[in-house]
Amino acid sequence: MSEWLSAGETARRIAAGELTALRAVDAYLRRIANLDRELGAFLALDSEGARHAAQQVDAARAAGAALGPLAGVPVALKDVLVTRGLATTAASKILDGWIPPYDATCVERLRGAGAIVLGKLNCDEFAMGSSTERSAFKKTKNPWDRTRVPGGSSGGSSAAVAAALCAASLGTDTGGSIRQPAAFCGVVGMKPTYGRVSRYGVVAFASSLDQVGPLARTVGDAALVLEVIAGLDPRDATSLDAPVPRYRDALTGEVKALRIGLPHEYFDGAQIDGEVRAALDRTIAALRERGAEMVDIALPHTEHALPAYYVVAPAEASSNLARYDGVRYGKRAEAADLLDLYRRSRGAGFGPEVKRRIMLGTYALRSGYYDAYYKKAQQVRALIKRDFDKAFHHVDAILTPTTPTAAFRFGAKSTPLEMYAGDIFTLACNLAGLPGISVPCGLTGDGLPIGAQLLGRPLDEATLLRAGQVIEAAVGLGDRRPGAIA
Amino acid sequence: MPSLSRTEVEDIALLARLHLEPDELARMQDELGAIIEHFGALAAVDTEGVAPMTHAVPMDLALRPDVVAPSLPVEDALRGAPARAGDLFVVPAIIAGTE
Repeated sequence: MSEWLSAGETARRIAAGELTALRAVDAYLRRIANLDRELGAFLALDSEGARHAAQQVDAARAAGAALGPLAGVPVALKDVLVTRGLATTAASKILDGWIPPYDATCVERLRGAGAIVLGKLNCDEFAMGSSTERSAFKKTKNPWDRTRVPGGSSGGSSAAVAAALCAASLGTDTGGSIRQPAAFCGVVGMKPTYGRVSRYGVVAFASSLDQVGPLARTVGDAALVLEVIAGLDPRDATSLDAPVPRYRDALTGEVKALRIGLPHEYFDGAQIDGEVRAALDRTIAALRERGAEMVDIALPHTEHALPAYYVVAPAEASSNLARYDGVRYGKRAEAADLLDLYRRSRGAGFGPEVKRRIMLGTYALRSGYYDAYYKKAQQVRALIKRDFDKAFHHVDAILTPTTPTAAFRFGAKSTPLEMYAGDIFTLACNLAGLPGISVPCGLTGDGLPIGAQLLGRPLDEATLLRAGQVIEAAVGLGDRRPGAIA
Repeated sequence: MPSLSRTEVEDIALLARLHLEPDELARMQDELGAIIEHFGALAAVDTEGVAPMTHAVPMDLALRPDVVAPSLPVEDALRGAPARAGDLFVVPAIIAGTE
């Protein structure tokens, strides 16, 4: 079999009896054994569990049982999604060795659809970062250029899909953590509408921003995986009670008369790289040629998204991460009394970026500072949302670059602020709770992928997938594969 | 002049229940100071009369019937505990010097 098959085609072949789930799983396990020592995408492998699950799919098919839409498809999960009986670390030493007693809802749904979990993927610690360099355990390399980062925080998820170490993966996106690594690794990444996918069993970072979503090699696969994981979950009170469409049906290949907004704030800034700009221009031309109407729009509060995000997200993180206290699970440091136990366990267990964000959040929420920082940021957040609401009176979707540049080199961002600034195009989507997708739209002269981002109305993932597939067909990577791994 | 004093950084670390080594405290003072200065830009945004947005999607509080349903078994919940006695988590004395 070819590990480069789409998830949809893999499922079709298994259902048709042209391929067994066990063969598919073994092929990926071999590829991981051969390549991942160099790539560094996986934190944990569950070879035995995966082979066992594959045998069950094959037995079910042989018995004539109905198969789920992902039956036998090998997938992998960002290590912030809890998995029953399989170590989940959030790439942090504080959770090293923890074995969760339950599956996240999205994992349960993947398994329910017949997908086979190969293992857990590296990321920035607690999903805080934009390069996966903040993992406490290892570096993940970009499959297109081993001297560069895969993006983050879902860098293991994007690298594994790009290098065909799994058919598709899940990531989480709090400020761009699915879309940015998807752009850097030349894969499709979708952040659904806030509440579209249950957060039950997702290691919490910033609860009003976090969403789970798919990373895949094709828009069709992203649609297929989203269909499986989306929907109401009584265990997440913020999950939305809205029907889940058959997203694959939205992929008509048509964008005629679709109105796509181009916010000048995302294009005119000096921070956007020339090659990224040129790739977006080709994307715009291709969409226009196929009948889309490109409309200039304004999102005037865009420049405030970065500071607003870096108040709101750390504030929520400082509260969420209070649970890691060395008492009920996770690492415990020796201490004389309870306060010291909290302080030493957390001091030893968290890495520098996580500590920085906890400190920032604690600063912003401190008595007497709340109005000046957190409340102010929430007001700015309302203004950012209002900008989008207005824009969506005139357009059906918004097109922007996903990132200002292609993948950067390890160590290139020397200060936290430099790293944060790279998130400039992806943060507003989370603050406003909108769906967003990154689709590859070409390569730089050095052969690095570039991503085009589409943002949509709440719950209108279908339009983004439809337009995304047109971009994929017109200016996507086609058969070009990363050359930096064998 | 740094926008945060060393004492402020120590106070925040205590509130956050984080033990920081002296070199971490020094680095934190510089880095947090720079980031907080950057946040300062928010103060200039006119938000007069704008209601703070507390959640991404407007929604009412979700209610469910008060019915007993299966939950995590006690043994599963305790399995990851660093220290336990029977069905309890064990922690050191809350007040130093007592047992």
